[in-house]
Amino acid sequence: MSDQIRLKKGLDLPIAGAALCEVTKRVAPGLVAVKPTDFRGMVPRLLVKEGDAVKAGTPLFADKQNTAMVFCSPVSGTVDAIVRGDKRKLLEVRVKADGKNEAVRFDVPKISSLDKKGMTDLLLQSGLWPCLKQRPFGTVANPEAEPKAIFISGMNTAPLGADWDFTLKDETAAVQAGVDALARLTRGGVHFSLAAKNYAGSEFHKLTGVIFHQFEGPHPAGNVGVQINHISPINKGEVVWTVSLPLVAAIGRFFLHGVYDVHRTIAVAGPAVSNPSYVEVPAGVCMKDLAAYFNGDGIRIVSGDVLSGEAVGPDGFLGYYHDQVSVLKEGNYYEMFGWINPFRAKKFSVSRAYPAFLRHKKYDMDTNENGGERPFLMNDVYDKVLPMDIYPLYLFKACLAGDLDKMEQLGIYEVIEEDVALCEYVCPSKVEIQNIVRQGIELMMKEM
Amino acid sequence: MAKNFFDKIRPTFSEGGKLSWLHSSFDAFETFFFVPNRTTRKGGTHVKDCVDLKRLLIIVVMALVPALLFGIWNLGFQHSKVFGLGWGFWQMVWYGFVKIIPLYLVSYIVGLGIEFASAQMKGHEVSEGYLVSGFIIPLIVPVDVPWWMLAIAVAFAVIIGKEVFGGTGMNIWNPALLARAFLFFSYPSKMSGDAVWVGGLSKALAGGTPWKGGEVVDALSGATPLSHASLDGLSAAGTSVWNLFLGNIPGAVGETSVIAILIGALILICTGVASWKIMCSSVLGALFVGWLGTLGGVTDIPCWEQLLLGGFAFGTVFMATDPVTSAQTECGKWIYGFLIGALCITVRLFNPGYPEGMMLAILLMNTFAPLIDHYVVNANVKRRLKRAKTV
Repeated sequence: MSDQIRLKKGLDLPIAGAALCEVTKRVAPGLVAVKPTDFRGMVPRLLVKEGDAVKAGTPLFADKQNTAMVFCSPVSGTVDAIVRGDKRKLLEVRVKADGKNEAVRFDVPKISSLDKKGMTDLLLQSGLWPCLKQRPFGTVANPEAEPKAIFISGMNTAPLGADWDFTLKDETAAVQAGVDALARLTRGGVHFSLAAKNYAGSEFHKLTGVIFHQFEGPHPAGNVGVQINHISPINKGEVVWTVSLPLVAAIGRFFLHGVYDVHRTIAVAGPAVSNPSYVEVPAGVCMKDLAAYFNGDGIRIVSGDVLSGEAVGPDGFLGYYHDQVSVLKEGNYYEMFGWINPFRAKKFSVSRAYPAFLRHKKYDMDTNENGGERPFLMNDVYDKVLPMDIYPLYLFKACLAGDLDKMEQLGIYEVIEEDVALCEYVCPSKVEIQNIVRQGIELMMKEM
Repeated sequence: MAKNFFDKIRPTFSEGGKLSWLHSSFDAFETFFFVPNRTTRKGGTHVKDCVDLKRLLIIVVMALVPALLFGIWNLGFQHSKVFGLGWGFWQMVWYGFVKIIPLYLVSYIVGLGIEFASAQMKGHEVSEGYLVSGFIIPLIVPVDVPWWMLAIAVAFAVIIGKEVFGGTGMNIWNPALLARAFLFFSYPSKMSGDAVWVGGLSKALAGGTPWKGGEVVDALSGATPLSHASLDGLSAAGTSVWNLFLGNIPGAVGETSVIAILIGALILICTGVASWKIMCSSVLGALFVGWLGTLGGVTDIPCWEQLLLGGFAFGTVFMATDPVTSAQTECGKWIYGFLIGALCITVRLFNPGYPEGMMLAILLMNTFAPLIDHYVVNANVKRRLKRAKTV
């Protein structure tokens, strides 16, 4: 039996362009990139130089603080470019695939024969360790930490998010192997959450060796941070690990086939996509390979979802943890008397200040801010989209003030940016809440 | 067309332009006509809800309109009644209109002037908060208040009440109430007594000469029903419950008609702009103390009738619910509202010198709202600590 947790707060964004359950393209490995910036708390040390030949699974860079933690090339080919930013900060390691699909082979022992140490070493060595994220703060998991438990969300509620029941429908064996492997890493068990309304319909309810939970409610009910908050909230000094479901499958594939294989089926969706559907891609795929899906100029290409993803541009690359690409029109236009218009039928608002709550339709959302930035004024809007036992406004203000004690008291350990993204979406003062929380988290990490 | 105009003059106000120091003002006017073309920024959500502060605040203004319209008519009606003029409907409306317009001009010119100037000095965008405060102020001051007094009160409220704390969103007290409190304590003769609430009456009485149109019919009827707050008193003044509800009684422009205020309350609650919890708990608080009052024999007015008297309804709906100065936590809102209602009626029952308790009740609770929130938030903090210890 699994417990059922019902969340009322939150919001399912009615954004147009949801992907149809159909794989319309398989992108052959071309140019891909691994971005050190995807991994919070990691300082990269480069292990390759331009022109080096690599296989899938060859380390490209390692973490300076723990050189055993390596980050590998997802394809075989040559290192095409090493892109650096300000102060020579390493931004991307690009690899050009040679089409040979060579991979570093591992002899994998039986999962049940491995203890925590053995499993940790194997995952570190294979380059799959970065799949594990750590709370608090959403960093890459620290191999020396003792996690209270490991959490996996089996439901994706992000706007236009990939339907994992569809993308991983042939991978149940891999997911099972993945959770078995993860179970070796913690004494607290692997917690697996499924949507209550589709519990029996999901293949994953047949998984063994996990503790099931059922969640019901709008986004962010599928965010693992929200689920942790309801299952076993993180206290000071505690550490939990989380893995996104497609990466659980990647860990499983490693144990089934002995190779580093992080390819994924992604949703290409959004109002500016001509044919919203699924595409099978190598990890770190270049957006140029998906150009056929994008409609026209003046668009923003986002790796991840529209709430917490990263704008990467037409030449950018898919993020390590992302399995969707969202495409929006840029909203750089003026709207005459927009805020006075009583109806404003083309725009969505969750607030009842507009009659949008009477309409049930999907909206062609764009990136217009719909207003100017102001100080916090309304105080009850944030609470309604954050289903956690947290006072969001107080936490944001503590982050703004850089008050470490207050942040700790008000629950900074329990959230990362994606959990408060909806607060930013609904904010009538247009405050950059995710950036505020990000700065708060970075300050905490620096001071601790 | 308007767009072209703004595009044409923008370089003058942009950096390097002749009037670049006025860019906040330019920005305020431009964003009034056009939702700006700014797009969402790096590291944040890529889409945003289409609601903004302008929209929320215009809804508050819309909700105030019924009270204003009724108040305009009522100004003429009271004037006509006291001086026995026997005016028709449009004459009354015209009288009220002529009386109220200067108050609005003073309120907005002084208030917005200071807002623009301070935004300019700080290089901020002009915040819309004063649109609502400026709309409320003429509704809660005596209609005969001298303009210079009003100007000083508005300046005090905006500068000392708001800008020194950092502007809209940072203030501790409701600016509109602060303006009224300033008038009340600085110029009591113009703010209380029986005559100030009917247009032209105090002037006529002070001059000792009757109004042109005839004798002052009944000076007593110029007093607000609050000043004879007992059942006998009310009936002696010819004020029925229905009058109180409808609002054709002397009083500040916006606060007499409970019906018009209820329409406003409905708009605010339906759109979710103001907190129904505060309104609800404030009514509960008032009923509770009103009931205690009748029980203890302090007053013979039934507790529900207290809700219709004076500025209670207006304060509950439009001023206690100010999101900046009210309690910020949902639980805190219940406490905050209840105490406002309870304090208002307490002042009313025990202070014959100043029967209108709403203003002070709200200002006092504005002051204590952060304290209430502190304890509510602290409960959450303690819960978190306790959880850590028990694990």
